[in-house]
Amino acid sequence: MGEVMYPVTEPGEGAAGKTGNWRWQKPIIIIDKCVKCGLCWVYCPEPAIYLDKMGYPHVNYEWCKGCGICAHECPSKAIEMVSEYE
Amino acid sequence: MYRPKIVENLGEDEWIYAGHPACHGCGAALGLRHLLKTIGKKSILVVPAGCTSIIAGTMNAATFNIPFIHTAFGAAAAVASGVAEALSKKGMDDINVVVWAGDGGTYDIGLASLSGAAERGHNILFVLDDNEAYMNTGIQRSGGTPRGAWTTTTITGKKEEKKDIMKIVLSHHVPYAATASVAYPLDFNRKVKKALGIKGFKFIHLMAPCPPGWRFETHMTIEIARRAVLSGAWILMEYENGRLRLNPPSSNMLDKRRISLEEYLMMQGRFKHVKRELLEELKRDVELRWSEIKEILEKQGKQ
Ligand SMILES: Cc1ncc(C[n+]2csc(CCOP(=O)(O)OP(=O)(O)O)c2C)c(N)n1
Ligand code: SF4
Ligand code: SF4
Ligand code: SF4
Ligand SMILES: [Mg+2]
Repeated sequence: MGEVMYPVTEPGEGAAGKTGNWRWQKPIIIIDKCVKCGLCWVYCPEPAIYLDKMGYPHVNYEWCKGCGICAHECPSKAIEMVSEYE
Repeated sequence: MYRPKIVENLGEDEWIYAGHPACHGCGAALGLRHLLKTIGKKSILVVPAGCTSIIAGTMNAATFNIPFIHTAFGAAAAVASGVAEALSKKGMDDINVVVWAGDGGTYDIGLASLSGAAERGHNILFVLDDNEAYMNTGIQRSGGTPRGAWTTTTITGKKEEKKDIMKIVLSHHVPYAATASVAYPLDFNRKVKKALGIKGFKFIHLMAPCPPGWRFETHMTIEIARRAVLSGAWILMEYENGRLRLNPPSSNMLDKRRISLEEYLMMQGRFKHVKRELLEELKRDVELRWSEIKEILEKQGKQ
């Protein structure tokens, strides 16, 4: 009898492929306006925002779906959503 | 190295991988992210059929980096009961057994197994991920859908009121039961931690808005979850051994310091047909819940 093969999935990024391709709008973080409150990081459902050593947020565009929650929740309007089509 | 206080409090470990199949702005995905941050990797997640069965992954990859059990739609609490008892027999009581079930999987088809597990008092945490309809199959009404809401099976708005699941759970005299919201992750985090520290059946009812199901734009998920609380439509509270406590900001809202219900409802396409009469009825539903809470608190105060 031959070996039975089982499809086994491992934990990892991209269960739905490159979800960055789902974006129709893109969050741009304007670091000068950022007060490092962390709220964009807190509310990203992916998560697609990471913090650098100084605590500034950055977007991982490979996975960011462009929902716009981060921009809406930012208390200092440091995140702008720009169209992917212009 | 600098970290905002809220990031320190919630923790930077992630047990959910990005690139998962949840829709843009999914409240459930955010709730799962914060739940997993709090329960950590020494946990087993038990999930019945629903959106999270899909979010959990595909042939490409598995989204959650902790053990995960898919169950039949009605069976999550029964499966979790078995897992908890097996772990206990093996002396592995330090592993958290956590159910994450939709409103369909809790209010409706999962209610019998939930009741059984609560009555037997198994050591599990049951998190109800409430998006107020059967979203995974295309927005059908559930016992958790509020009065007035459009769904694909209530096209003129649901006639019946949202089932009071908290009262059903409390009738089992569980040691801990609470509500939470994805807009208040620190409150949710604290409640999950508290629940894990208590032995027996614990219940957390998490409000998690769904952009396609509630008909709103994807950036509004948190804004809407917040307005649900600030309007008094969703009340943050916890019952420890049957004793009720309101949590902020709901704790400041007993004397009606709230935004209007319209400011919550009218952001959502599922309520856009609501006119004066129905609106008054929905407001009465909210007032009734608050007056019940007032009564309970007054009674407790006298004890
Ligand atoms: C016994 C049974 N009936 C119906 C289904 C189809 N089904 C799968 S998910 C789902 C809806 C789940 O709704 P809910 O529990 O609210 O979770 P959500 O999808 O909203 O996250 C249904 C009806 C099923 N899987 N099993
Ligand atoms: S747009 Fe949405 S997915 Fe992208 S970083 Fe902001 S919150 Fe995350
Ligand atoms: S929410 Fe705005 S201010 Fe706060 S960390 Fe993010 S970009 Fe900076
Ligand atoms: S339908 Fe709603 S709950 Fe389901 S994945 Fe999409 S946003 Fe999340
Ligand atoms: Mg649901």
